[in-house]
Amino acid sequence: MPLYHNEDQAMLAETAQQFMGEEGAIGKQLRHWRDRECKDGFGHDLWKQMAEMGFTGVLVPEADGGLGMGHVEAGIVLEEIGRNLTPSPFLTSSVMAATALSAAGDDARGRWLPGLVSGDSVFAVAIDEGPKHRPERIATKAERSGNGFKLSGKKDFVLYGASADMIVVAARTSGSDTDEQGITLFAVPKDAAGVGHNSVRLVDSSMASHLRLDQVELDGDAVIGEVDGGREVLGRMLDAGRVGAAAEGVGVARGAMDMTIDYLKQRKQFGKLIGEFQVLQHRAAHLYSEVEIARAVVIKAQQLLDAGSENASLMASVAKAKVGKAAGLAVKEGVQMHGGIGMTDEYDIGLYMKRDRALAEFMGDVHYHADRVARMSGY
Amino acid sequence: MSDLDAFRSETRAWLEANCPPEMRQPVRDDEDVYWGGRNATFKSDAQRAWFEACRDKGYTVPSWPKEYGGAGLSPAEAKVLREEMAAIGARPPLSSFGIWMLGPALLHFGTEEQKKYFLNQIARGEIRWCQGYSEPGSGSDLVSLQTFGEDKGDHWVVNGQKIWTSYADKADWIFCLVRTDKANKYQGITFMLYDMATPGVSTKPILLISGNSPFCETFFDDVKVPKSYGEGIPAYVGEINRGWDVAKYLLGHEREMISGADSSERGAGIGAALSRNAGGELDPVLRAELAMFDVDALAFSAMGEKFLDEIKVGKTHPAYPNMMKYAGTELNKRRHELLMAAGGSTALEWDSEETRGGAAPRAWLRTKANSIEGGTSEVMLGVVAKRILELPGA
Repeated sequence: MPLYHNEDQAMLAETAQQFMGEEGAIGKQLRHWRDRECKDGFGHDLWKQMAEMGFTGVLVPEADGGLGMGHVEAGIVLEEIGRNLTPSPFLTSSVMAATALSAAGDDARGRWLPGLVSGDSVFAVAIDEGPKHRPERIATKAERSGNGFKLSGKKDFVLYGASADMIVVAARTSGSDTDEQGITLFAVPKDAAGVGHNSVRLVDSSMASHLRLDQVELDGDAVIGEVDGGREVLGRMLDAGRVGAAAEGVGVARGAMDMTIDYLKQRKQFGKLIGEFQVLQHRAAHLYSEVEIARAVVIKAQQLLDAGSENASLMASVAKAKVGKAAGLAVKEGVQMHGGIGMTDEYDIGLYMKRDRALAEFMGDVHYHADRVARMSGY
Repeated sequence: MSDLDAFRSETRAWLEANCPPEMRQPVRDDEDVYWGGRNATFKSDAQRAWFEACRDKGYTVPSWPKEYGGAGLSPAEAKVLREEMAAIGARPPLSSFGIWMLGPALLHFGTEEQKKYFLNQIARGEIRWCQGYSEPGSGSDLVSLQTFGEDKGDHWVVNGQKIWTSYADKADWIFCLVRTDKANKYQGITFMLYDMATPGVSTKPILLISGNSPFCETFFDDVKVPKSYGEGIPAYVGEINRGWDVAKYLLGHEREMISGADSSERGAGIGAALSRNAGGELDPVLRAELAMFDVDALAFSAMGEKFLDEIKVGKTHPAYPNMMKYAGTELNKRRHELLMAAGGSTALEWDSEETRGGAAPRAWLRTKANSIEGGTSEVMLGVVAKRILELPGA
């Protein structure tokens, strides 16, 4: 498959670009909700509009009411979300939870997917148990209790957790913390007794929970996939999240870069446009090349995921790491090249830097993924 | 079975029957590849057999039309052939500047007779070509070249000097940029083709820091270049005084080639192999650098794939090869720095048999030219800044 968008995908990209550029724009969404100290950190109306556009169910099979498309298409939406810094639970709900739910039984799919497709529900995912992403180590316990399970533990960095109607929780049903097997995924409803959130605003104005699970009783239907055999579904959900976060990161990088290049063409110093200075030209060109390479590996990883390739998981980590480097460079160069005004709240470039920082941590940073590439390559 | 599937099985069977096992080893130096030419010798019977089989099948230039010595493969078929050759690790049957550089220029700008005449010779490896572009004093500023061809009616008399003419001492013919109009900077250059045996042409190898001398200085002293080699076969490509158009077109090809966009070897990670060499005992910091390199290399390999896909459908920006050249060569330099670091004292050995005559340090030193030749990294960044990002200034 060629590494560029086919005609249908190019049309979707145009639609998504127009929609996010208008409805998801920084002033209309990010600044709006931030300045009101919105408890959700995103707008439910926008989420409903995204449902009307068909975006929310992009990865949901047609049989379940979705569009039945792939990660390339989900990435198209995510790139525009990234470019406009649009706050939205799209990545956690429509990409990660939807990927996990594709492994769930009819009952769970029937219970959760219609709400996702209609835009009435949002979902969160709870994996991390500390300040760094270490999905190899899961301590949260799920003990058998009657026909169901009792969950106990703590989860961190649960993005939009307090606003979610359902949280996909990775818990341990057997073995010790670092065991490969013994993991089970659960769909935990918002109103289950014993679920508590300490919801905090992050640097990019998004909301994330420190989630407490205190003897949360769930029936057997809450299990997604196999008991004790959740590592495989978790892996797929993580890969979807890695590639999705990478796609959003490419959007952040391109948004920041475009803004910076525009600025280089307008700002005058020493009687010249600063874009005439060779030192800035070369840095801008280097940045462009890094962002282009990051874009290429993201579409490669998306296509491999959609094809079910055995190489997909490796390339998902390559994509997340490469985007981490490229987008990090884009926002740092962006703020620096904007000079003093880059430090002001009034200009948007700083917002890109904040979102990049949050996105870089989400689902593992560049160091985690470079290390994973090494481990998967056998060193 | 689709036609392409059928082509794949035919190709697989043909390669199985025609590619000797010795030709399925990685290329380690120039001698491992046949370069053709009037004075060419084969390193082994296997090398000869592999070359001749490919030549007869049109596989030295698979996508060129049959009438020019190619196999007339469609882009999809050519891709299948590349994939099947890569799958068995087959060496290229013929390496040549004629194939990479002059060929594409002739295909694009040549007359019908000229194509038939030269392209067939290139495809059959009969003439070894070198490229006469750079001159002392006009490195990156190529268009400032001074070598002058004085018009004498049916011929030119060429005087001047070229530098960095790769393998000029081994080449039979040269494709050469010669100024034919001193008043006109860009529209005063002609892209000439002539025999290195013409009286007045001499070459001198330049010894490099790698201890090798693939490059030469080349001198032209009253060299008589005819304007035509027969009916419809001009001794120049394109039009007289419009050679810059040809040169620019060719530089695009050269940059693609140097960038390694079509080389899977440069795109592959190296961490795993180096870790095995070190018995799994890498310093954590070196391991981390290797991991970061592998991320960049695997990502660049996707970039190369995307670039080639986009070229096929004309979706790519004309200055994109400049970006690929920049990124690819910088990556290759980093690769060789890491190979040296992981190799330790073994990688320092210059002349031992075990290190195959210091292959690693020589290759490391050679890569330092990557970001200089074919336009420096700085020139590439300047082109990207101006032509893609459209930043202001000259």
